[in-house]
Amino acid sequence: MSESAPRRVRVTSPRTSAARAQRVPAAREIDAQTRLGEVYMSSLIRSQLRLALLALAALVVFVGGIPLVFWLAPDLSDIEVLAVPLPWLLLAFAVYPFLLLVGWLYVRAAERNERAFTDVLDRT
Amino acid sequence: MTAAGYSVMGVTAVFVATLAVGAYGWRFSRTTSDFFVASRTVRPGLNASAIGGEYLSAASFLGVAGLVLAFGTEMLWYPVGWTAGYLVLLVLVAAPLRRSGAYTLPDFAESRLESRGVRRLSALLVVAIGWLYLMPQFQGAGLALASTTGTGSWLGGVLVATVVLVNVLFGGMRSITFVQAFQYWLKLTALLFPLLFMAAIWLGDGAVSPASVDVADVGGTGDSWVSPLAGGEHEVYTTYSIIMATFLGTMGLPHVVVRFYTNPDGAAARRTTLLVLALLGLFYLLPPVYGGLGRLYAPDLVASGRAESVVLELPSRMLAGTAGELLSALTTAGAFAAFLSTSSGLTVAVAGVISQDVMGRRFGGVRAFQAGAVVAVLVPLGLSLLTEGVGVAQAVGLAFAFAASTLCPLLVLGIWWRRLTDVGAIAGMLVGGGCAGGAVLATLLGVGPEGWGGALLAQPAAWTVPLSFLTMVGVSLATPRRVPRHAARTMVRLHTPESVQLDRGNAPR
Repeated sequence: MSESAPRRVRVTSPRTSAARAQRVPAAREIDAQTRLGEVYMSSLIRSQLRLALLALAALVVFVGGIPLVFWLAPDLSDIEVLAVPLPWLLLAFAVYPFLLLVGWLYVRAAERNERAFTDVLDRT
Repeated sequence: MTAAGYSVMGVTAVFVATLAVGAYGWRFSRTTSDFFVASRTVRPGLNASAIGGEYLSAASFLGVAGLVLAFGTEMLWYPVGWTAGYLVLLVLVAAPLRRSGAYTLPDFAESRLESRGVRRLSALLVVAIGWLYLMPQFQGAGLALASTTGTGSWLGGVLVATVVLVNVLFGGMRSITFVQAFQYWLKLTALLFPLLFMAAIWLGDGAVSPASVDVADVGGTGDSWVSPLAGGEHEVYTTYSIIMATFLGTMGLPHVVVRFYTNPDGAAARRTTLLVLALLGLFYLLPPVYGGLGRLYAPDLVASGRAESVVLELPSRMLAGTAGELLSALTTAGAFAAFLSTSSGLTVAVAGVISQDVMGRRFGGVRAFQAGAVVAVLVPLGLSLLTEGVGVAQAVGLAFAFAASTLCPLLVLGIWWRRLTDVGAIAGMLVGGGCAGGAVLATLLGVGPEGWGGALLAQPAAWTVPLSFLTMVGVSLATPRRVPRHAARTMVRLHTPESVQLDRGNAPR
């Protein structure tokens, strides 16, 4: 019997290539408009829309509510803070920092939503 | 030197400075893209100043103080609504509109709905709203120049139109961006600097509350000056209608929308809008104070029907001698900065649409833009000279109601609702525009009925805006086969960040 060493055999797993073939980048799913791509897109749009509606709700309640409050309780108009009437204080001064605050929070959250979307696409 | 002499010097300085700053931008303006959208390279800081400068029109600079002086706290809803409109714009429209990649609003409409019909109708609306807004600028300039220097009331409008035309013809959007950024800071200074002196005098006089004095109201309805509700019988309806028109109308104004295309990308568009909110909030702190002080120091302006000139006259009334006259000349100069910057922005926006949708066939590029600009200025100038004396001052408020009932639903549904169809958009714009336009005409001509009907026509936004939205949604649902073929691809373009590599379809050219 010849004492030749056993031939070297390359060991590979058939699973790896198969698994790799199944991974399709999310970007391509969106480009091909598959159902999965639709899910990626509609989750982005829905999260941005929910955020926008939240900001609008804050605007409607806190600024849009002012006429209603003063209509229901007209006596509030007579309150004065440092010689400035209360309605004046609210509408001429306080409302602007509030609008800026809502806007700032919105921009931060909207950019966070977009980063999350970009991360999902980069990971796949 | 006389007070009129100082005012002439102030106004002349503004005209010269506007042309000089504009000329600085002429050197950079070469390509079509420079003229239309400043090649989309304007950074948020400069762009926000420019948007602020363009947005603060004569209605903000002169009108708010006058209205507060005459009618009281309820008029504060106008500056509040004009600022809150930017918040609505920020959360619903800013980034997707920039990402749409369109030059003008009709471009957006056509690329989103893939229909020439929607494009034509929205182009028509942009030009109509633009002209409705330009007319009061020219007329206001005439009135302001006449009241401070005693010239003919036609001269101010013609001067403003000429300076605007020169800058737009030679530099387009590039040039106008520098001019408007400069004018925001000029307007802020022109109101803030005199106010420092006047506030000191007010404090010296014992800081009397403006609400404590009794002034013969022009409203005359026994309406309390401090009440935040509009006077008359239907105060809650009227107040909410003003809120609806200003909150939603801002995004439909042609000169506001066109500036979003000058941002480098969607995220920059958002940051620019946030900065604009800050700049507008800062500015709008000032005009109401003029109104309040006017009630104490210039109450006779209300009775004589000249409440609008309170910003121009108050400094010289509160400060004696040359100091007061110089400060009044400063506010007059600021008012002309307001006329110039708003007219410039509107002219660029309207010229962009006219050149693409009307002239595009005959000549292209920069030539068409320049021809469009001439038409965009001369038509409203002519109309404003013809209709002198008609209540065109109301036109600004009505332009908001009209924009809120037509272009606002188109933008909001176009961006957020995939199933919008071209037929639905056209039907909604026709219904909303028809109702709001009819109400506007009836009010301007004074043929509206009394009572509830009159209130509904005088401030139509509260019912025309929901009607327009409902029509668009209803008709779109009834025509599901007409959903644009590439709607899904367009949604990808509108909403995904630019850093992601995706197929975004063909951006409009």
